[in-house]
Amino acid sequence: MSALPILTLLTLLPLAGAVVAVLSGKRARGVALITSLLSLGLALYVWTLVPANGSIGMVERLDWVHSLGVEYHLGVDGLGALMLVLSALVTLMAADAAVRVHHAPNLFFALVLVLEAGLFGSFTALNFFHWFLFWEISLIPAFFLIKLWGGPKRGPAATQFFVYTMAGSAFLLISFLAVYLATGSMDFTHLSLLASTGELQQMIAAKLGPISMWLALGVLAGFAVKVPLAPFHTWLPDAYAEAPTPVTMLLTGAMSKMGVYGLLRIALPIFGAEIARMRTPLLVLAVVTVVMGAWASVVQKDLKRVFAYSSVNHLGYCLVAIFALAVPVSGAAQQASQAAALNGVILQMFNHGLTAAALFWFISILQLRTGGLRGVNDFGGLRKPAPVLAGLMGVALFSSLGLPGLNGFVGEFLIFRGVFPLSWQAATVSVLGLLVTAAVILTVIQKVFSGPVPAQYANFPDLDASERLALAPVIALMLILGLVPQLIVDSVNPTVVYLLTHWRF
Amino acid sequence: MLAWTIYLSFAGAALEALLPEARARLARWLALSCAVVGLAIAGVDFFTHMGAARTVLVDLPWVPAMGIRFQLAADGISRVLVLLTGLASVSGVLFSWNIEKRTGQFFAFYLALIGGVYGVFLSYDLFLLFVFYEIAIVPKYFLIAIWGSTRREYGAMKLALYSFVGSAMVLIGLLASYAASGSHSTTLIDLAHANLPVSAQMALFPLVFVGFGILAGMWPFHTWAPTGHVAAPTAASMLLAGVVMKLGAYGCLRVAMGLYPHGLDPWGFSVLGIGSWRDVFALLAVIGIVYGALVALVQTDFKFVIGYSSVSHMGFVLLGLMTLSQIGLDGAVLQMFSHGIIAGLLFAIVGRIVYERTHTRQLAELETMHLARRLPFAAWAFVLAGMASMGLPGFSGFVAELQVVVGSWTLNPVWTIATAIGIVIGVAYTWRALQRAFFADKQPTAEDHPKEGWQSMGAITWPEYTGVGLLMGASLVVGLYPRILLDSIEPAVKALLAGGIQ
Amino acid sequence: MNLADLFQVTLPETALEIAALVVLIVDLGLLRKAALSTRVAVAALLGVLGTVVALCLLPCAGSMGYSYGGELLLSAGGFTAVAEAGILLLSLLTLLLFIGTSFTRHAAEYVAVILMAAAGGLIVASAQDLLIIFVGLELLSLGLYVLTAFNKHSERSSESALKYYLFGGMSAAFLLFGFSYLYGIAGSTNLHQIMRAAFFASASDGVPLLYAALVLVVVGLGFKVAAVPFHLWVPDAYEGAPAPAAAFIASASKVASFALLVSVGTATLHALDGLGTSFFIGVHAETLPKYLGLQMPWIQILSVLAAASMVVGNLAALAQTSVRRLLAYSAIAHAGYMLLGIAYMDMSGHTAQAALYYVLTYGLTTIGAFGVVQVVETATGSDKLDAFLGLHKRNPLLAAVLLILFLSLAGIPPLVGFWAKFNLFAAVLAVGAGPVPFALVALAIAMSAVSLFYYLQVLKRAYVLPAADESPIKAHPVTMLVLVAIAAAVVVSGCLPTILQNWIVQGHV
Repeated sequence: MSALPILTLLTLLPLAGAVVAVLSGKRARGVALITSLLSLGLALYVWTLVPANGSIGMVERLDWVHSLGVEYHLGVDGLGALMLVLSALVTLMAADAAVRVHHAPNLFFALVLVLEAGLFGSFTALNFFHWFLFWEISLIPAFFLIKLWGGPKRGPAATQFFVYTMAGSAFLLISFLAVYLATGSMDFTHLSLLASTGELQQMIAAKLGPISMWLALGVLAGFAVKVPLAPFHTWLPDAYAEAPTPVTMLLTGAMSKMGVYGLLRIALPIFGAEIARMRTPLLVLAVVTVVMGAWASVVQKDLKRVFAYSSVNHLGYCLVAIFALAVPVSGAAQQASQAAALNGVILQMFNHGLTAAALFWFISILQLRTGGLRGVNDFGGLRKPAPVLAGLMGVALFSSLGLPGLNGFVGEFLIFRGVFPLSWQAATVSVLGLLVTAAVILTVIQKVFSGPVPAQYANFPDLDASERLALAPVIALMLILGLVPQLIVDSVNPTVVYLLTHWRF
Repeated sequence: MLAWTIYLSFAGAALEALLPEARARLARWLALSCAVVGLAIAGVDFFTHMGAARTVLVDLPWVPAMGIRFQLAADGISRVLVLLTGLASVSGVLFSWNIEKRTGQFFAFYLALIGGVYGVFLSYDLFLLFVFYEIAIVPKYFLIAIWGSTRREYGAMKLALYSFVGSAMVLIGLLASYAASGSHSTTLIDLAHANLPVSAQMALFPLVFVGFGILAGMWPFHTWAPTGHVAAPTAASMLLAGVVMKLGAYGCLRVAMGLYPHGLDPWGFSVLGIGSWRDVFALLAVIGIVYGALVALVQTDFKFVIGYSSVSHMGFVLLGLMTLSQIGLDGAVLQMFSHGIIAGLLFAIVGRIVYERTHTRQLAELETMHLARRLPFAAWAFVLAGMASMGLPGFSGFVAELQVVVGSWTLNPVWTIATAIGIVIGVAYTWRALQRAFFADKQPTAEDHPKEGWQSMGAITWPEYTGVGLLMGASLVVGLYPRILLDSIEPAVKALLAGGIQ
Repeated sequence: MNLADLFQVTLPETALEIAALVVLIVDLGLLRKAALSTRVAVAALLGVLGTVVALCLLPCAGSMGYSYGGELLLSAGGFTAVAEAGILLLSLLTLLLFIGTSFTRHAAEYVAVILMAAAGGLIVASAQDLLIIFVGLELLSLGLYVLTAFNKHSERSSESALKYYLFGGMSAAFLLFGFSYLYGIAGSTNLHQIMRAAFFASASDGVPLLYAALVLVVVGLGFKVAAVPFHLWVPDAYEGAPAPAAAFIASASKVASFALLVSVGTATLHALDGLGTSFFIGVHAETLPKYLGLQMPWIQILSVLAAASMVVGNLAALAQTSVRRLLAYSAIAHAGYMLLGIAYMDMSGHTAQAALYYVLTYGLTTIGAFGVVQVVETATGSDKLDAFLGLHKRNPLLAAVLLILFLSLAGIPPLVGFWAKFNLFAAVLAVGAGPVPFALVALAIAMSAVSLFYYLQVLKRAYVLPAADESPIKAHPVTMLVLVAIAAAVVVSGCLPTILQNWIVQGHV
């Protein structure tokens, strides 16, 4: 405990930045950029300090409310550290994209930074109280960001977002309260240890009766809303569409990953056995999510909604993999598939976060240049007047499609590699999603960039120097991670192995 | 040292009463200094005695022939509540900075009320406790009747009479215990050791509990609370909801449960699952939680929403008391503190910051006023206060409500679920009020603003900033580090439970 | 018949009578030409002097009392001394209130009547013989009837005096009739002899006659203390009498009447005292059943009276618009509380002390209340609730006094009214006579809660509601001094009740 409490500092940094931002008036964007840059640096540093064997490191532990089993317990492994880096990166991108905030910019950027703090907090928390605190904390700024700076239908969209997520959180809270009542503990590591030996189920049955399945459902409900899992996704398209585009970047790039992370950190370790028993219906729902997300994006006329549904689709793959790997272990080959699937999930989380954020960034650029237009049919032939834009956005689009050589491919490949042996039915149907997504993306490219140039876009301004400077590293990262995925996989794989050995289905 | 909070408040009240009408500024600063000194004493004492056992402050014979003593003592619970009173009194003075009419008399009644409240929390002689309890009634009446708003005379009289009826019930209990224990002494300790026969305790417990419960806003005797709180001027509402309702809860704990522990025993028979006074009052508490929340959900007046939410939150306190477990009682006392701060904050924002500027509390009218843009401080302060009221983690209410819920689970799981539903409804009504008052998007029409022009609403003054900061800070500190209070509460509750409340 | 002894015991009464004569002589002889205010002031001050002298002479009365033929006629010292001192003090205060008024030109006569009525009160308080009781009562009552009628400019004054007189005369007749029965049973007019005879009579089936006698006596005495259903004169008398006279009726005469009730009650309780121990070989007096003789009916009748007075008094006061009538009904209610104490007297005498404490402090507070009413009436010409509007602006000191006095009447701590109630109820419960006194105490407390409403109505007018007329109200400096002194006494003895309590307890026999 004498070491520097890096994780606490990391979480406090954006909060301090938020206070400064509120007081900075017009210069809040600069404050936000600097703070998110600093947190990115710190997050990368944390990433390098992750233990090599995949266990949890940089642990900070203090007693908080002893009578309720609440501790201040923080720690990260490979998964957590990667999420920290992703959050910092996406926040930086979002702050960069928010070039024109028409009123109260200081409040806007302060809320963005508070959201970042919420993300950091929930990715480092190892005790339910602390984790739940930050889970809820991240909701409030998101709500206000949508409500105060959003589009014409922002009121209902924000309320729906809030109500859905709160309802899910309520179920989460109740389930965890029940777990606390049965075991006296709210600590994730301790609870997963109890679950891995089967003791947790016994304790619940002894104290509360045979309700562990219901508790698992409650926990799943919370995450199902967040990821989202069909049919709890209906809040998402409206929220993504009505939110100001930089906020959508945050929503899709980082906040949706909170749900997947929760499944990996909380649901699977603690309620693995129950999830294994429910595997088939859950797989069905996940596959429905994949396919429905893809099909729904076909018929959208608004670019933001296209990619909103596309996000649902991409995260659906994560869900398919997560539920598919929830089988009791029975052999080395199966273990390898599980490892592949889990690696794929984590990679997909990072890559989708990066790609989706970049895509929405491009959409915001398009909006800025056309006075707010973002319909699929509003553009055309932009390749001619804005080749750099077309090129960079094209890379991002192809990454979303899953083109080999770009980062989007690696995650999806590993997922399918792992899921096929575990559940070929799910994998087969999910392929449909891949095909449809490909069709959608190509259509978008065709409609936006190719074809005849309409008169009003003859002088469509290309990316200027600052935008190129900002976007180039992002696109470069996509390329690099696509060609050399070991950069991430090498640090994630030990965590994957470690987790799988400790999970009991 | 702690006893000086009482003396100072009454001395301040007397001085304020003698001030001439025109010296409003002097009256304000005098009141503020008294309140701040009181808070300082409370704070210093609290932090130097964290976790200490009961300390006797003053013990003098008062009427020796009857065994009545002027005995003041403080244990962990008293210290926490005295600290709450200090915080509430300072912020109340700050939020009354703009009162121009009969300022000296206002603060005279205010300080007298504060003095009475300090007295109740520190008294260890039942007669003395009762005297302070009654002393607090009259200033309440005048504060509301003279400086209040909606239906103030009716609200003031209703409040005064309900309180008086409640204290009459307590007086009957006091006289009965005194007589039954041989008329030797009225100190709490002696009366607790008197070991009254179980049948007497079974009869006296509900009487005294209901007597105090009326002031604590126990359903169905709560109807004075929303009317009274809405009618009262802001500082009075803050005190009433924040501190005075806690007098009732404190009385329930210290007197009713302390002197008649066997009143909570099972009756030997049960009707519809209710087999003891404990079940009865726990059920009433749960009903209060849900009922208060449901009624708050449909109010059209902003202040009524807060008024009914107070009834709902006090239900948590009473439920926690009835759990008779360490964690439940800890939660009850913590909720007393937490709700005291939060209710004060909510009333301050609604009453002082919003109403004084917009001159309306109707949500339908506030919807058209774009308050998020014109009064951003109020909007964001209410967001934070609303989050605290909802029981979001990070604020004091979360830990308190969680402890009460955990404690009540062992008592009756079904009621716990009802309580949880109450919490959810709590989120809903706070949300609704927040949305409609501050963040609604309705475009105003020309007829919507007969009361004021579309100009700036008046800058937020320094007392308002300070008051909000003080209360918000307190809620956050306790929310993030509840040990600061729990370290004092837990030993005191443990001593109470060991002493006989079983 | 030892006249020297009689003279010694009745020194205070004598002083009062002499003072009355002096007042008359001085006014008639020396002040014919003086202005009314001077005459009033001189008369009042002489009266005050007389009461002070009587107070100083009280200890000289000794503590043995005066007996004739082996029977105690007048008691002295102890309890009686406390009651007498109280009567004298309260009379003093009402005399001081007289200064500055102008409702009558017959200043000296007024003061003389007060002094003589006070003398009657002293006799009543010390009487132990039926005939002496009657004489004292008549002396007191006649004076009170005259005082009520003193305002010759007011129709209401004469009307209420007539009502008071008729009612009083009739109840005096009842009283005398009851006394005659008691004499018939006992063969003696001494209280103690009567009670002892009643004990034996009830043991040998003479009960119906006893009950009848008791009821008749209670009618007579109930009228004096303003108990329901003998209270009908009270609102009119309080409304019609000039304010200082009403103050006297409400205070000093009450003290005298309750002191009489205590004497009768004590006699009932100690009916078996003084009998030779040979009569009760091996048996202690305390173990005999408590309800022989007149004790049981005493408790029953007085409890009913007390309960009825509490309820009727408080409920009727709710509807009043005139502050005087409000005070009248509240007087009935307070009489109910005091009767509760008298009903449950026991050997230790605590309830008797508590009742005496109550009536003394109630008397003090009532004098103050009527003083305030007097000031407001003189300034505004009316005693309606609306006359008090805006009092806090018109005379802040007067409003503060009003606040203190009315809150004390309502029973709010830390004022003396609360302590008196608490003391009384605690003493009644300590007697331990079962659930009935408990229920009655609960009723009393509940009725006190009701009373807060109507007291607050007056305070509301004074402090809360806007005033129609904001001109300042002037009060005579002596009146203000008296009122402030009374308010201070109310506060001080509320905070430190032992001061008065010890004095009363020491006086107890």
